[in-house]
Amino acid sequence: MHVLVCGGTGCQASASAQIIENFQRILAEKGLQDEVQVVRTGCFGFCEKGPIVKIMPDNTFYTQVKPEDVEKIINEHIIKGRKVTDLLYMDPENREHVADSKHMGFYRKQLRIALRNCGFINPENIDECISRGGYEALGKCLTEMTPQQVVDEITKSGLRGRGGAGFPTGVKWGLCAKNKCDEMYVICNADEGDPGAFMDRSIMEGDPHSIVEAMAICGYAIGATHGLVYIRAEYPLAIHRLQIAIAQAREYGLLGNDILGTGFNFDIELRYGAGAFVCGEETALIHSMEGKRGEPTLKPPFPAVSGYMAKPSNVNNVETFANVPIIITKGADWFASIGSEKSKGTKVFALAGQINNVGLIEVPMGTTLRDIIYEIGGGIKGGRKFKAVQTGGPSGGCLTEKHLDTAIDYESLAAAGSMMGSGGMVVMDDTSCMVAIAKFYLEFTCEESCGKCSPCRIGNKRMLEILTKITEGNGTMDDLQELRNLAAVIKDTALCGLGQTSPNPVLSTLDNFWDEYVEHVVDKKCRAGVCKKLMSYVIDRDKCIGCGKCAKNCPADAISKTDYIAEGHKLPSMVIDSTKCIKCGACIAGCKFGAISVK
Amino acid sequence: MAVIKLSEAKINFIKDVCKSFGNKPGEVINVLHKVQGEYGYLPAEVQELVAKELGIPVSRVYGIVSFYSFFTMTPKGEHPISVCLGTACYVRGAEKVLDELKRQLGINVGEVTPDGKFSLTCLRCVGACGLAPVIEVGEKVYGRMTPDRVKDVLAEYK
Repeated sequence: MHVLVCGGTGCQASASAQIIENFQRILAEKGLQDEVQVVRTGCFGFCEKGPIVKIMPDNTFYTQVKPEDVEKIINEHIIKGRKVTDLLYMDPENREHVADSKHMGFYRKQLRIALRNCGFINPENIDECISRGGYEALGKCLTEMTPQQVVDEITKSGLRGRGGAGFPTGVKWGLCAKNKCDEMYVICNADEGDPGAFMDRSIMEGDPHSIVEAMAICGYAIGATHGLVYIRAEYPLAIHRLQIAIAQAREYGLLGNDILGTGFNFDIELRYGAGAFVCGEETALIHSMEGKRGEPTLKPPFPAVSGYMAKPSNVNNVETFANVPIIITKGADWFASIGSEKSKGTKVFALAGQINNVGLIEVPMGTTLRDIIYEIGGGIKGGRKFKAVQTGGPSGGCLTEKHLDTAIDYESLAAAGSMMGSGGMVVMDDTSCMVAIAKFYLEFTCEESCGKCSPCRIGNKRMLEILTKITEGNGTMDDLQELRNLAAVIKDTALCGLGQTSPNPVLSTLDNFWDEYVEHVVDKKCRAGVCKKLMSYVIDRDKCIGCGKCAKNCPADAISKTDYIAEGHKLPSMVIDSTKCIKCGACIAGCKFGAISVK
Repeated sequence: MAVIKLSEAKINFIKDVCKSFGNKPGEVINVLHKVQGEYGYLPAEVQELVAKELGIPVSRVYGIVSFYSFFTMTPKGEHPISVCLGTACYVRGAEKVLDELKRQLGINVGEVTPDGKFSLTCLRCVGACGLAPVIEVGEKVYGRMTPDRVKDVLAEYK
């Protein structure tokens, strides 16, 4: 019997380490430590209901487990074979408990290829990885295929870059392989900087060996012997597990010299990022690895010609690499049979925001947004109204209800004014103000712009100033046109991908939420109640019983008594002095009588 | 150049770190990671010493420290507080939590309380979006934060 406990960052934050400890301790007390193995796995994906505990082989899926529940699971399930019903997932529709994850709405429409091992293996144990087919693909490449055949297989599969831009991976490898050189590099881009995205981290935490294996395959295909992983220093757990995976692979002769006795040499080193979003751009990433400021340079020359240390280098994203081994073992035709016409395979998304099932999901290309949000995501939190879904992070855009039936792939998202991006998907309800969201992303871009080219450095700053003006109620209709002008210039003239895509959040919200912009400018109103300068707090004098709690809560002394006593009440009602009010909302939070509202 | 006022032990530690990376200019980011990991921040004197050891201008070291958000030139409080302002946390109200923290601590982002107990920073996505909004105090993650809970969390460290 196996007890699988999620050890992803989200579940670790809710005491999964304590759960593992309790399992080990109580099992040992009962003398069961040899029959039941406790495994700390990577992310199961269902972060909303974490921490997750899964019992194998009967595939029982326990949600929101607390350290003190462990004893019950051991006594009831492991010893007596009875499921602990109140820890099972409850289907929100028919309110029935579901024991097997296969029958849960969250998993039903998913197809796990890149995440195939996440949540199934102990990522710190290479034997478990090998038992699920790990390193089989590397063996096949080295013994049965020529480097050119490997490149051809990847090209034929239709795999495209999962970092967001969607460049065909096989073509990239082929371009690099042509530039024969004594020193070449395979670089894994693990600098996941998109706020609200954690796909790459979960793969590295849950299945690090697939990355090690894929990088070695790529090295063989293009003729490189060095691999480098550029990883965020903010991902300590992913770094730790990659280090273990690399050390274990070396020990097993799957990295190092003369791999599997074939004469192929390949080794991997880690390089740490230091928190710069622009370093996700490949030329900037390479400069950062060389110990410089992470500023991008013009392409060409492409890294395939002159990359790390001016040597030919191939840069791929973590998720792209995670797809490689399974394409080799199952074949390009199998992979190409999944997905839409031009986008093959699956895509991992980090589903977050105002949605019931927050988590990490993987779906075939061509799945509709509606299926993702309502079937997998379980709909909008608190039964509120869906307003927008943001994909592609600071480079993407906000899509609305009319896009819900779009089958998502690289082309359709671009056509709708957003982009695939690395896989962040943030769902918003009517409590989100779209002008404020556009401003939020621009603040991010302005902070992360490297400052090298002026369209990005200055242009985005000007756009941010205009958006700030609008959210403070000082915008004009001319400002809206100016936003469009600036956006067009930045898109055309910025040096790198960060700058060229930075106006997307503004443009897509202008296109899809024009009314809301006009409301801010003309009516000086924010319908979501987010833009503080456009709000005023009012007390309904007939509902107010005059208890004075709001005045006590008010940090600005803006609330005082009136001489009006409402019918049926004993004390005079309160009033807010709008000139003193700082719009903190403390009064509303404290009022039990619903007498205060925002207008 | 400013007078280097680092303790002997500190100087030796930094020299050893540089040496462990072969005093190579290309390793400057790794060196800074190690040094900041030990001392919490990178004041000017430290940068001057690193530059000297690696044989590069101080301007290049400063250029790197100021470029990457991970590096900082101000010391952190005893309990550094980071508020996640990733998109997922933002749409679930992280800003309100941040405002409340600022109010109760009486400091702005990037500052330290006068008693040196708390410092306040923002970060982009811890990756615990399922628990949004999230704050970190030291290494401990607090999920599903609300302005009301701020007081209780701070009380744990007082």
